[in-house]
Amino acid sequence: MESISTATTHGARDHARSQAGLRAEFQPTIPAAAALDRPPGVAPDDMLWEETVEPGNYAARVLPRGANLRLTDLAGDTCVQLLVFNAAATTERLNLPDTVKIQWQAYLGQGALLLSDMGRVLASVREDTAAGHDLFNAMSTQARNDTRYGSGSVHGSAPNARDRFAVALSKYGLGRRDIGPAANLFKKVIVAADGSFTWHGDESPPGGRLLLRCEMDVLVALTVTPHVLDPRSEYTVTPLGVTAWRGAVTAGDDPVRLSIPERARAFENTEDWYLS
Amino acid sequence: MSTPDVSTPEGRIVYDEVVAARAPWSRVVKAGETLRIVDLEGNQAVDCILYRADDPVERYSAADTMTSQNNVYLVTGTRLLSNEGNVLMTITGTTVERHDTIGGACSRESNSLRYGHHTRAQHACVENFVHDNAQREMGKRDVVPNINWFMNVPVEADGSLGIVDGISPPGGWVDLRAEIDTLVAISNCPQINNPCNGFNPTPVRLIITAL
Repeated sequence: MESISTATTHGARDHARSQAGLRAEFQPTIPAAAALDRPPGVAPDDMLWEETVEPGNYAARVLPRGANLRLTDLAGDTCVQLLVFNAAATTERLNLPDTVKIQWQAYLGQGALLLSDMGRVLASVREDTAAGHDLFNAMSTQARNDTRYGSGSVHGSAPNARDRFAVALSKYGLGRRDIGPAANLFKKVIVAADGSFTWHGDESPPGGRLLLRCEMDVLVALTVTPHVLDPRSEYTVTPLGVTAWRGAVTAGDDPVRLSIPERARAFENTEDWYLS
Repeated sequence: MSTPDVSTPEGRIVYDEVVAARAPWSRVVKAGETLRIVDLEGNQAVDCILYRADDPVERYSAADTMTSQNNVYLVTGTRLLSNEGNVLMTITGTTVERHDTIGGACSRESNSLRYGHHTRAQHACVENFVHDNAQREMGKRDVVPNINWFMNVPVEADGSLGIVDGISPPGGWVDLRAEIDTLVAISNCPQINNPCNGFNPTPVRLIITAL
């Protein structure tokens, strides 16, 4: 490309166009039908999203009800902050206290639901090969990352999750008021009997996967930044693989739905929303 | 802890009112002032969200508060942090062993999951918060995971978590010192389907003192 002069508009145009077709380590695959890692049995036209998310960066997307969303810890040291909204009415969003309280369970795992603040199910966990997750701890802020890593700004070496979300959500008409507490995925944290946190963040394997099914039309926003309890002094987090494809709406005899009465009613409320 | 202490806190009293059972309440507590919440009859959950008075986009963050003290329970000394990591208020004293911030606020919608669709018309804390927020052009977007004063939510070894019988005696109190001007929003919890209010919501007393 250095042979193309950019001294004129035509030269600059040719230079710009000559870059087409390059592949970066971190980018979405467009169109998704051309996904490099299409799951077995999924038709190209059913692919919705393939992206490798850079450490420190973010991704956001609207996915339809029934879609499968697979998050892969490619190198075994990713950490994902996840927010989920009802795409059609974004005042409805993931509510972590309701998620743990209603299911009588502090830890996210296979069969769990991500519940909204409107008593509906935004997504369900269909497969989970990570060591564990965390629904209690905070996300990083610029001030925190400035102190801990020297630079927390989004243009610096240790981007913070909160400012990443502010940008990601702004593109969907949302703002800083909408950055609720996020689920921290792929880093296991245990609550001890005295209420203190115990870090088990080094236990998730490379290739660990969390497969979610979207139970509503959702806006998913995520950042890939180190967990706030991560004891390492360096900003350490590895890439996230994101894959999504179309799927069927959850059926009435679904075992997750029927596993406990609270989940069954969450599905009933969700179906009630879609009646209108 | 066994002797109810309903004496007023140190300082000049600038506010002293009883909040009826099931009611909302909000007021700015100025920097340096202390708000005492008194659980008059015992076992009464008091749901609470804090907002920075001059910029309510900055508000209480349960997650930041828990992370900063590496513990889910709120006790004497806990600094109540905002979503920007700033201290809004500090728990300067309490007669109750611990308070909750993982259990969230009850809502009509969550009640329908927890107890059944027949509870849908019942009053709930989110109704109170949204109603109170509406007077200042805030809304449900601003109802974030809250504090539950006097509520008892243990987390067991297998992850089991739930609201169980309260641990606050009649007259139990908690003192909150504002570190910056803080809008305190309260819902005196109307829940009747679980033990957080002893199945019988009761009034609480709020006393604000200035030194």
